[in-house]
Amino acid sequence: MTAETGIGARVKRKEDQRFLTGTGRYVDDLPLARATYAYFLRSPHAHAKIKSIDVSAAKAMPGVVDIFTGKDIADAKVGGLICGWVVKDKHGEPHKAPPHPVMALDTVRYVGDTVAMIVANTHDEAKDAAEAIKVDYDVKPANVDLARALDKGAPEVHAAEAPGNLIYDWEIGVKADVDAAFAKAAHVTKIDIVNNRLIPNAMEPRAAAAEYDKGTGNYTLWSTSQNPHVLRLILSAFVLGIPEHKLRVIAPDVGGGFGSKIFCYNEETMVTWAASRVGRPIKWTAERSESFMTDAHGRDHVTHAELALDKDGKFLALKVETIANMGAYLSTFSTAVPTYLYATLLAGQYTTPVIYANVKAALTHTAPVDAYRGAGRPEATFVIESIVSKAAKELKMDTADLRRKNFIPKEAFPYQTPVALQYDSGNYPPIIDEAIKIADYKGFEGRRAEAKSRGKLRGIGFSSYIEACGLAPSQVIGQLGGGVGQWESAQLKFNPTGNVQILTGAHSHGQSHETTFAQLISDKLGVPFENIEVVHGDTATTPFGMGSYGSRSLAVGGSAIMKAADKIIAKGRRIAAHLMEADVADIEFENGTFKVKGTDKNVPLAQAVFAAYVPHNYPLHELEPGMDENAFYDPANFVYPAGTQICEVEIDPDTGVVEVVNHTAVDDFGNIINPMIVEGQVHGGIVQGVGQALLENAVYDKETGQLVSGSYMDYTMPRADDVPSFKLGYKVTPCPHNPLGVKGCGEAGAIAAPAAVMNAVHDALAPLGVTHVPMPATPLSVWQTIQGAQRKAAE
Amino acid sequence: MTISVAMTVNGKSVSGKVEARTLLVQFLREHLGMTGTHVGCDTSQCGACVVHVDGKSIKSCTMLAVQAEGAKVTTIEGLAASADKLHPMQEAFRDNHALQCGFCTPGMVMSAIDMVKRHNYQLDEATVRRELEGNLCRCTGYHNIVKAILAAAPAMKSAGV
Repeated sequence: MTAETGIGARVKRKEDQRFLTGTGRYVDDLPLARATYAYFLRSPHAHAKIKSIDVSAAKAMPGVVDIFTGKDIADAKVGGLICGWVVKDKHGEPHKAPPHPVMALDTVRYVGDTVAMIVANTHDEAKDAAEAIKVDYDVKPANVDLARALDKGAPEVHAAEAPGNLIYDWEIGVKADVDAAFAKAAHVTKIDIVNNRLIPNAMEPRAAAAEYDKGTGNYTLWSTSQNPHVLRLILSAFVLGIPEHKLRVIAPDVGGGFGSKIFCYNEETMVTWAASRVGRPIKWTAERSESFMTDAHGRDHVTHAELALDKDGKFLALKVETIANMGAYLSTFSTAVPTYLYATLLAGQYTTPVIYANVKAALTHTAPVDAYRGAGRPEATFVIESIVSKAAKELKMDTADLRRKNFIPKEAFPYQTPVALQYDSGNYPPIIDEAIKIADYKGFEGRRAEAKSRGKLRGIGFSSYIEACGLAPSQVIGQLGGGVGQWESAQLKFNPTGNVQILTGAHSHGQSHETTFAQLISDKLGVPFENIEVVHGDTATTPFGMGSYGSRSLAVGGSAIMKAADKIIAKGRRIAAHLMEADVADIEFENGTFKVKGTDKNVPLAQAVFAAYVPHNYPLHELEPGMDENAFYDPANFVYPAGTQICEVEIDPDTGVVEVVNHTAVDDFGNIINPMIVEGQVHGGIVQGVGQALLENAVYDKETGQLVSGSYMDYTMPRADDVPSFKLGYKVTPCPHNPLGVKGCGEAGAIAAPAAVMNAVHDALAPLGVTHVPMPATPLSVWQTIQGAQRKAAE
Repeated sequence: MTISVAMTVNGKSVSGKVEARTLLVQFLREHLGMTGTHVGCDTSQCGACVVHVDGKSIKSCTMLAVQAEGAKVTTIEGLAASADKLHPMQEAFRDNHALQCGFCTPGMVMSAIDMVKRHNYQLDEATVRRELEGNLCRCTGYHNIVKAILAAAPAMKSAGV
């Protein structure tokens, strides 16, 4: 019964019926009686003083209910938005923490900064009224160019609280040791790279709706959140002061997140705050243009890196200097991304004995930057895998051989890296071997020659990534400055009729928890799959949990479910022992049935559950009735998925168009619960990585700070004909420290792909003498690079 | 100023009073409460709002409600014969895991059905990928959507839909 729906089975998804029939319920779909609609007036300037705001004409517009500005918020003493991770700089000082007002008071700091909130009877009326608000701005010079953001004289974003735009100057590793290793190097490879800024673009725009119940004083906020409990905690404890038990946050069906829906934003804050003032529910849904301007962006690093190698190609040391863009305000987890989620990953899959990284976080007059699928780990992988591939070219070594030569050997696990992390498990050589086999690496030169005969330049690129995910041991997170615990919760609530609800603190916004989590319980407890329901996303019904990000739901949330299931079995054994008049020690549990060892006496779990709810024949003197168990799971370590991607591209030298013609990914995600779902995660991740490498770029005009790529007309989202179908493979080394032996698969694709694609582009153009193409490798930039190389060759 | 509008949606006659600027998608979602059709952008790029109007797939964010006066509109809610019997395209999306968060799915499915019919149930991968130009998905990487559409084409033909 459970083999078809248990661990390892390609079970079709429970959530699909509603999504396929148009009956999903996303925030904007909510019918709210007497609802009003909010629209936010946003700054058209990257940096300006607000001299005055006149809302009088707008207030008189048809349908307008009320208008709020930064002054109303300040008068009401609403707190600012917080950054939840304190990073200490290289002198041990906490990072600079400029204020992040919910609405701008006297200064706007990026195009899209919130200036006023209009509440009206319809969305269109609110939007019409916004046009009638008169704001007198004194426009100031903007600081937009990241590479120069920390230069003396650059316009300051928060002059008083963060002079010179520096949030922190942070380091990891011992610089003197690294310098000493470089002094002995036979070869040094250097790179200068820009990790392009991305806009997450979950297909469902952010949305929030709030309602205030005057009778009880309770607030309800529906939000497109990846972590409703954390959102409630932040709003309660730091921003609005509504006690946690008086605020219910519901994240219903959420249409993708990719990190951008982790954070506490000003719109959901305002909608909640204003709901009690307006006395009617308020709904807000971002238009896509607003999502482009105001969703926290991702990546955006400028990096110089150097790799020291000995004469045989062994890595001796790595040093990395990075400037990371924070945008105009510090978003919820922004400070952690370019430090603990980036520099700690710079060992990659290699035995590099010493590593030093220096990261400077800079403010600019741009939208806040925070975690986006992979969060720091794609940036680290891009640095390592770019420099390793370049080193192989310089040393005329096979790119796979150079990697193999430096892989951490299987026997070395658990492996302590020089940048804080201890990798728990892994076995990298079989992964790259499998990828090479699937991608037919041996046949590549033949394909390159064939492409050349058609006038195309063909290249192949490798990317062997490691990631630390499944966030993570709470005490480690606390030591590093994180402001929250990182466990996950689960509740298994059996009903008297034997069906069961899994209540989880994790949140699904596409990851398929309703199916994967049900498989765990079907497998472990033998409950029929259709009798299992996963409940998530509502602070009123689910236990406090940390939500979903950092590929943590299965490794941490799934482990909590397994712990709760163990408690169900333990209690069930005692009930069964009573019913069968046997000793508890003699009770075995198998395939959903309790058995007396060595006999044919048995009690199905459903019978034990019924007995627990109708305890007429039940050991009430020693056992509580009911079958409802809670568990919290705090992991012992991160989990460390790893893999190799191989990308093959063809470039048309006449147009600069790069076509991805083959893309292979072989991953070690530990044990796999549902291969169909895991494959889907990898496919999606790869395309986000290909998007970063070839198509996507958040561009601000360097003078005015206007977001030039502010719509789907200008920001190139990957489309179906930009990518091929993918070839996937798996190797399994189970995680040794969680009960499922699972790692995480949500981010891997996006972490590895950019380097694989860009290494393939570089390989294709190497015959022309090209050593660097900026990312994204758009047709224009590739064509210009080719032209430059040809001019140089002609000189 | 409001204008009366009447049309057939999923086989039922519906009517309402709308502003001249009311989009078809707003009429469907806000006036009729049919929220299966989604809005994912404001530049007619993402395709989450695709419905069929008189048998052709259109982006309902790019058509005024009054332009659909008298038309026959089919939305994602109107595809399945019953909860147990989905349209072959819906079935193929489920069988091939062609959806994750589900937000782009209604538009994808509606576009895909129109695509299959326009190509007389005969499609190859390159055609499907090219034809999906007007539909964005951020979750699936398109791999399984393409597989689903290729699988649905013969299933639609044999089901006569």
